[in-house]
Amino acid sequence: MSIDRNVSRRVAHLARIAVPESELDSLSGELNRILAFMDVLGEADTEDVPAMTSVTPMDLKRRKDEVTDGNYSAKIMSNAPESREGFFVVPKVVE
Amino acid sequence: MGALAQLTIARARDLLRAGDLTAEDLARSCIDAIESATPLNAFCASTPDRAIDMAREADRRIATGNAPKLCGIPVGVKDLFCTRGVSTQAASGILAGFVPEYESFITDRLWKAGAVMVGKTNMDEFAMGSSNQNSVYGPVISPWRRRGSTTPLVPGGSSGGSAAAVAANLCLAATGTDTGGSIRQPAAFSGITGVKPTYGRCSRWGIVAFASSLDQAGPLTKSVRDAAIMLETMAGHDSMDTTSAEIPTPEFESGLTGDIRGKTIGVPAEYRQDGMPDEIESLWETGADMLRDAGARVIRVSLPHTRFALPAYYVIAPAEASSNLARYDGVKYGYRARIEPGEGIVDMYAKTRAEGFGPEVRRRILIGTYVLSEGFYDAYYKRAQRVRTLIRKDFEAVFDAGVDAILTPTTPSAAFGIGEIPDDDPVRMYLNDVFTVTVNLAGLPGVSVPAGLDEDGLPLGLQVIGRPWDEAELLNVAYALERAAAFDAVPERWW
Repeated sequence: MSIDRNVSRRVAHLARIAVPESELDSLSGELNRILAFMDVLGEADTEDVPAMTSVTPMDLKRRKDEVTDGNYSAKIMSNAPESREGFFVVPKVVE
Repeated sequence: MGALAQLTIARARDLLRAGDLTAEDLARSCIDAIESATPLNAFCASTPDRAIDMAREADRRIATGNAPKLCGIPVGVKDLFCTRGVSTQAASGILAGFVPEYESFITDRLWKAGAVMVGKTNMDEFAMGSSNQNSVYGPVISPWRRRGSTTPLVPGGSSGGSAAAVAANLCLAATGTDTGGSIRQPAAFSGITGVKPTYGRCSRWGIVAFASSLDQAGPLTKSVRDAAIMLETMAGHDSMDTTSAEIPTPEFESGLTGDIRGKTIGVPAEYRQDGMPDEIESLWETGADMLRDAGARVIRVSLPHTRFALPAYYVIAPAEASSNLARYDGVKYGYRARIEPGEGIVDMYAKTRAEGFGPEVRRRILIGTYVLSEGFYDAYYKRAQRVRTLIRKDFEAVFDAGVDAILTPTTPSAAFGIGEIPDDDPVRMYLNDVFTVTVNLAGLPGVSVPAGLDEDGLPLGLQVIGRPWDEAELLNVAYALERAAAFDAVPERWW
């Protein structure tokens, strides 16, 4: 399982990280070296071993479905790069 | 006044209560020390005015005769903890300008207990790193140097600013977080004590997330006693973090007797690595002898899946990071890239993230995205999660056999020089975590105690790993080790 420039391009797109075409080959090399390090996992006998979902056994907590928080939109907006009338502003999404 | 900043928490507390010291003088001593330590780059934001205000308030509380243990104690806060009104960037460009409107659960507890914030400590960006070289604020330089050398060394990471600040006596203690060793490894490199509690002991609410199933906050301090005092305040249930355990916090400090007679300490054969420096090996043996001399029974144990731990960690942690860090998109907070006419929202996301994240964070997000992507999920991520189960079972078997705690080296070497591990060799950097990641994967508590010096005069740490939720026992073993090792080396001041 080796990463070529096409796979790198796809992964970069999935991660929403712009990678220039000129850097795809070196990125592929880097990722391949890291993945090679993980290949040893293939030697572990994991048959019938459950995947860990919770490191400390715990029951999922429940609480009443009620409003306990909110009504501070100004605080939430205070760190926005761009906002207008209580909304986040983004580039046009729908033509 | 500089001497005051050298105090331990325990000593400062006693002096404050006796009226022989004021919190304000103590805070001023730390502020002065921080101001004169800029070459270390340990703090990315200092908060002297707030510190003085908090210290004066602490003095008022102490005067009433009913102040908590941490009242008036100056602490540094890793830049990963949200602090209301104080810049919090996780040492990343993508959080440029972010000033939280809320306080993390842990720092809130510290302030309520009277602790005094002196500033935010530098770190590896998003806690990803083992050297504190991956920071938008530039690297932290260790206060330690090799004997007869001026080569700048790393303090370890990711809580490198916290470790350097405590080791250089810029504050009495600091908070850290530990996802794969980020408290224990810098503590070992810097000659101080660092505790990673059991997963769920400390609330993660208000701490910028890296890998949520592994992240745990803990203290970096000058002694095991101080770590016990800090942890008593930091720990506790929080309904805002669903993984926070509803388990009462013991009084860790009063449990420190140093009496470990009859306890069983395991020494895992698999932690003996090829090419491990002799001095690490002999320090480990010395540590085992010390615990034996203190009355413990030291036995060899086996943790057979150890060699899979690091690769599993470097699948799981980046996978979780790729998900957690998806929120940084230039919309709600932090940095937003400029886009050109004709570019749309996806271009804005991609440019923002390319420009805002540093190289190691980008690398880990990409690896994480890959191992979670269709066709590779089973081969990497699911397999790593299964291996994680095996690693936890290894520990369970050892503890079930009657072992009370496990002794290992904290790191495979002493601190290295800035730039000594090339940027394009991430795997070599990852190997720093070889003895610490197992503890995070298994959710266990672990502590690093300074135990000796290498041939260049640099500190080396020993790690004690405890049973889940048994930090009290863990700290007591660490305390016995600390007393026997009697580590009293301090970095010679050059900054």
